[in-house]
Amino acid sequence: MSASPIGESPNRVGGTDRVTGAQAYLADLHVPGALHAKLVHLDCARARIVGIDGSAALALPGVHLVMTAADLPDPMPRYGPQVADRPVLAVRETKYHGDPVAIVVADTRELAERAAALVKVDYEELPAVFTIAGALAPGAPLVQDPALRGDTGLALGNVLTEHRVGWGDVEAEEAKAHLVVEGRYSFPIVTQFAIEPHAFIAAPDGDGVVVWSTIQHPNWLQKQIAGLVGLPLSKVRVHAPDPGGGFGGKQHAKHEPAVVFAALRLGRPVRLVLTLEESFQAVRRAACASHVRTGFDAAGHILFQDIEADYLIGAYVDIADRVVAKGSYPAAGPYNIPAVRILARSVLSHTVPSTAFRGFGNPQINWAVESNLDQGALELGMDRLAIRLLNLARKGDAFIPFDTPADGDWEQTVRRAASEGGWDAPLPPGRGRGIALGIKSGPTTGLSYAIVRLLGDGSAVVYAGTSDMGQGARTVFSQIVAQELGAPMDWVTVIMGDTAIVPYDQQTSASRSTVLMGNAVLMACRDVQAKLGALAARIAGVEVGDVIVDAGVVRVADGRVLTIREVLASGLGRLGGEITGLGEVRKDADPSHPLSGAPAFFEFNCTVIEADVDRETGDVTLVKHITVSDVGKALNPLHVRMQDEGAAIMGLGHTLMEHCIYDERGRMRNLGAIDYRIPTIMDLPVELRSEIIENEDGPGPYGSKGMSEGALLCVASAVGAAVRDAIGVPIRDLPLTPERVWRALQEDGAR
Amino acid sequence: MTLTLPIELTVNGRRRVLDVAPQHTLLDVLRDDLGLTGTKECCLVGECGACTVIVDGRAVDSCLVLAVEADGAVILTVEGLSSADGRLSTLQTSFLDKGAVQCGFCIPGQLMSAHALLDLNPHPTREEIAEGMAGNLCRCACYEQITDAVLAASEAGR
Repeated sequence: MSASPIGESPNRVGGTDRVTGAQAYLADLHVPGALHAKLVHLDCARARIVGIDGSAALALPGVHLVMTAADLPDPMPRYGPQVADRPVLAVRETKYHGDPVAIVVADTRELAERAAALVKVDYEELPAVFTIAGALAPGAPLVQDPALRGDTGLALGNVLTEHRVGWGDVEAEEAKAHLVVEGRYSFPIVTQFAIEPHAFIAAPDGDGVVVWSTIQHPNWLQKQIAGLVGLPLSKVRVHAPDPGGGFGGKQHAKHEPAVVFAALRLGRPVRLVLTLEESFQAVRRAACASHVRTGFDAAGHILFQDIEADYLIGAYVDIADRVVAKGSYPAAGPYNIPAVRILARSVLSHTVPSTAFRGFGNPQINWAVESNLDQGALELGMDRLAIRLLNLARKGDAFIPFDTPADGDWEQTVRRAASEGGWDAPLPPGRGRGIALGIKSGPTTGLSYAIVRLLGDGSAVVYAGTSDMGQGARTVFSQIVAQELGAPMDWVTVIMGDTAIVPYDQQTSASRSTVLMGNAVLMACRDVQAKLGALAARIAGVEVGDVIVDAGVVRVADGRVLTIREVLASGLGRLGGEITGLGEVRKDADPSHPLSGAPAFFEFNCTVIEADVDRETGDVTLVKHITVSDVGKALNPLHVRMQDEGAAIMGLGHTLMEHCIYDERGRMRNLGAIDYRIPTIMDLPVELRSEIIENEDGPGPYGSKGMSEGALLCVASAVGAAVRDAIGVPIRDLPLTPERVWRALQEDGAR
Repeated sequence: MTLTLPIELTVNGRRRVLDVAPQHTLLDVLRDDLGLTGTKECCLVGECGACTVIVDGRAVDSCLVLAVEADGAVILTVEGLSSADGRLSTLQTSFLDKGAVQCGFCIPGQLMSAHALLDLNPHPTREEIAEGMAGNLCRCACYEQITDAVLAASEAGR
């Protein structure tokens, strides 16, 4: 028996194929006979479709189909994870720039592009709303048809939902407050920018349909497609090859339904690979404008938080309303506060549907609330670390009264970040330091099945419906199996991404997979161990209770120790065979909870930044970036570090450079990689350090917690605090571009 | 009738004679005509680096080169980095050992840029690596690990 693989960092499973070019991402798949599709959209956001003439396109040899709403069932089939509001193709009206009005299918991609350009759409541009203020203005055009929204009481406006959560008596606390600070903050629209653009293939498959998608949630897609085309689940097979980055943007269906309808109509496989620009027109993060009032007593205790946040979501709901609800829910932060009032509104607009994006609505509100806390510390004359430690929830504190108590030693995390960041060390002129805390509710529901087959030679095959999109799920599951069943890592094969073979998994999101699917894999291993134990007892001629299977070996009460391979060899006999284990992890919804379920864990992070600001140019240089996350137990410390640093750097994007800019017709002005900048290797902090806290106090295997989003949650808040510390001027809008910082300095100088 | 032009390329040591459409890029030809899908397509404007290959010793964005412009060129793609018997190069091994790979989609391009960089400068500093790799985006942001991997490969003499 080799040393435990848990807590080690074996190389990524699937890594070799990723460095040889052999890894087949969706666009690399060759489906024989596949035709190529291109979407047709208009050069504006909202328009009334008067007529669509595909005859010129169809006249080109090799063009097979120009499909519009008129070719689809009436009423138009609609889909979506929260509300079935998105039509397969735009019907009567487009709602955002990129909303497809037709799909063109041809022999080659090039021909499909040419044909799409020949589709003549007669349309009349309509007034539209692209900002929170515009959407909320009296008389603003309605984004969604009130008839389709039902009797929500809000259907005659552009507010989709109001989410209210809170506790205590804000007015009573305010009456006692020594200080109340108030601020308005904004967070821009940004886009996921996975380097792999979204892609889809669909093909008729006997009496069913087979779909390939870059999707994170293949089982969810299977249900959507089955519902749309009226097939049983067993006749819809979804292949989900490992995505080339997801970051939340690939959670739910984008254009798969249109491709499925086209393939079924033609009786042939159809493939649609989006361009990067089309991917930008498919997914984004919700912008947010918030107003925060925070009350303190003279000692710096937070007495109340009164938070209002408007999230700008898109034209269709996608998962955005859940983002708003779940992202705003822990808005008051990881602090013990007697009174909290949170109102978060999902505001519809004629823009790209906003979706899940790493951090899931939390970074937007964290920026406002943590920055406002700093304002309070400044006015109270308190140290920003001290005020956080004073108010921080300790383990077991019911900081959200009706929810999971604080589930980690968060003080340890904060103190580690402060010491690593040299919080009390003097700073050279022009430099500033900032600290911020981030918290996010983990998954509130979940359902994951795993199957582990221990084959006759002691090797193992794992079936797990997680999507490995870079977080390393295959590796971690292999480590668990290696630990429990004694197989070497390279004797474990993990099968994912095929709904015809792999059992159901609810989804890959909310940093859940190590915890929920990891536990399912662990349970499946335990099931195998129990069956192995029975086999071993029979061979050894002892009672089942006299055998223990543990960490890959079988121990008999009389002192004998057998390897699992020995038990298999003699126990399975001449016919061979295998032992199969099943694991099921179910976290049901709790209707009494505001989020329909308490989180399985909290992600908790503390980030300390040291920044240097060039007062002449407004350029911000990050001298030091310390991220500390409470991960419970790092099953693979290198993977943990990569996820933590990756989240931190991604956070630097929306903090310093990223924002989608829309023009007066709702078209994204910086569409594409030239004008939409994400962090490159040149944009790293001079020193970036990721540290972890491990107390083995998480609900996942061996005490692990989910951790892939924590380091992104409070990056903007910590950088903003450091910039403010450096220049003495608060900036309340992101991103902190040189121009914005420079302007803040000029305005300050003019005062 | 679609017009095509004959070209000749040496790709990963193998001579290839092809008829290509004049508007097709080297990326199109590598992926669609030669089936070398290790080279990835993302931005198509030369900004992301996912399609980086080595043409006559220089790292280029294959989305910006017309196939006909590459006529006569010697091209190395990610598929050509391992030895003929499938053994990984030191650079590839370093990427694995240092954890420079997460989702992996940008990695072929990163490897090709790193390969070209080490050809020009066998012992780069961290700053020179950043300079040399600045055209390759990684949204998983394994930049620290990519730098570590290039340094490790450099120290091992590739």
